[in-house]
Amino acid sequence: MLDFFVRLVRRDLLLAWRRRADVLTTLAFYVVVVTLFPLGIGAEPQLLHAVAAGVLWVCALLASLLSLHRMFAADHADGTLEQLLLSPQPPTLLVLGKVAAHWLTTGAPLLPVAAVLGLQFDLEQSALGVLCLSLALGTPSLSLLGAVGAALTLGTRGGGLLLGLLVLPLCAPVLIFGAGAVSGWGNPGAEANLLLMGAYLLAAAAFCPWAAATGLRIAVE
Amino acid sequence: MQWSSLEAFVAMGGYGPYVWGSYGVTLLVMAAEVVTLARRHHAIRRLIDLRASLTETEHEEQA
Amino acid sequence: MNGAAGGRSALADHNNDGLSMSGQGKLLYRFASPQAFYPLAGALWPWFAAAAMVLGMAGLYIGFLVAPTDAQQGDAYRIIFIHVPAAWMSMFIYIIMAAWAGLGLVLNTRLSSMMASALAPTGAMFTFVALWTGALWGKPTWGAWWVWDARLTSELLLLFLYLGFMALHGAIDDPRRADKAAAVIALVGVVNVPIIYFSVQWWNTLHQGASVSMTAAPKMARIMLWGMLVMALSFWGYAIAATLVRVRSIILERERHSEWVARLRAA
Repeated sequence: MLDFFVRLVRRDLLLAWRRRADVLTTLAFYVVVVTLFPLGIGAEPQLLHAVAAGVLWVCALLASLLSLHRMFAADHADGTLEQLLLSPQPPTLLVLGKVAAHWLTTGAPLLPVAAVLGLQFDLEQSALGVLCLSLALGTPSLSLLGAVGAALTLGTRGGGLLLGLLVLPLCAPVLIFGAGAVSGWGNPGAEANLLLMGAYLLAAAAFCPWAAATGLRIAVE
Repeated sequence: MQWSSLEAFVAMGGYGPYVWGSYGVTLLVMAAEVVTLARRHHAIRRLIDLRASLTETEHEEQA
Repeated sequence: MNGAAGGRSALADHNNDGLSMSGQGKLLYRFASPQAFYPLAGALWPWFAAAAMVLGMAGLYIGFLVAPTDAQQGDAYRIIFIHVPAAWMSMFIYIIMAAWAGLGLVLNTRLSSMMASALAPTGAMFTFVALWTGALWGKPTWGAWWVWDARLTSELLLLFLYLGFMALHGAIDDPRRADKAAAVIALVGVVNVPIIYFSVQWWNTLHQGASVSMTAAPKMARIMLWGMLVMALSFWGYAIAATLVRVRSIILERERHSEWVARLRAA
């Protein structure tokens, strides 16, 4: 079973490597959108410092949404998905493999980029560490929630926009805890944000694969 | 009775626009929903009637 | 062609009914088929509509003519007679909708899924009413049309969840597939609603917005509570009547090729 999972992730990573441009596009999107904020709201260091956590987190949310529709689409189009669902391996494992690959190609690369962008927003060293930690805990939740949306919108009209409408409201807790952890750092009780994110990640890991697997079965029916 | 006159009732102690704006819009969206419900039901009933009358004339022609 | 389609759907009904046939379950399952439920819903909805009208009148009477002017908020507080019941309804309806959708997903009963899609627009309507009246109450009470209060914010997210459910259902052409996909998103949503509410409240206390909170409203007089309860019952009646009428349309739209619908016209 673990072997199946590892092979699945390796295959997806290999596919992603052959299409490196896609991964880089996500990162470039993240940098560009974050860059637009100082242009829009003004470059006063105090103001930027105050909104840094929120901006970096909201943009991370949008960046991870950007590549979501690709999670199952190619496999769905060429029939691989149907074959994988027919295999004796549990479909939840298939979803977990896809989520892991998605996180490794979009969530994880955001961490160092976010740290660099945080410097531009005048964040302190300790806050940068917390930012990376909160993104490391939060982006897997986004990938898990995104998998549900990606599976359910497979082969529907207007998939991309619909995906945003479905997934973004569900991401609100992750955003609140993530941005709260960074902006509240140093205040008593700010660590609780990270603990809550961990709890949310565990709950999402337990529930989302089932929901996404159900969505996949509906899509290939 | 709470109100000395109709004007006092409409004015709502100075909060008239807020109070009537709330109740008015609520009534409006409910009425809109009722109208859409009625239209939807009539549309599907008419479609079914039309289809049935078409198949009936077909049968008559065949006979 | 009509006959064949009708025969197929009758067979599907039979299969669904065959799932459980023991004791008192029988009566319930008799109405689990759209064909049997259609006339039942038609007979029931006028009663709920009438109840909604009568209770609505009573609620307005209590709200405007019996309840006294509030010492602190003046007459602006009279908005809560629709604001609070609408907010209750928006949450109740989402939970009931998710329950019907989940039932349709697990038991594969078509009527349950139809009930879920019939509830969604009414739920979204009440969510909108709660937001609108909240804004109109907030302006004179808090001095702003919108404050990022925990309840208002979660209510807004709830509206997005309703819109997502309806958009997903509308984006899939095959109705059974649409039912199932929408059911999954409704279930994910219903699990998330308490988490969203908790997180928004958490965020709210962090950003010192807590000084303006609806819980800060003065202790409510008994007559005001009565007004809200009567209004809530009226909204219940309205929601049930609207859902029954909508589910009748949905049944006809989906079963229009079947024989019983064709016979409906002759009668």
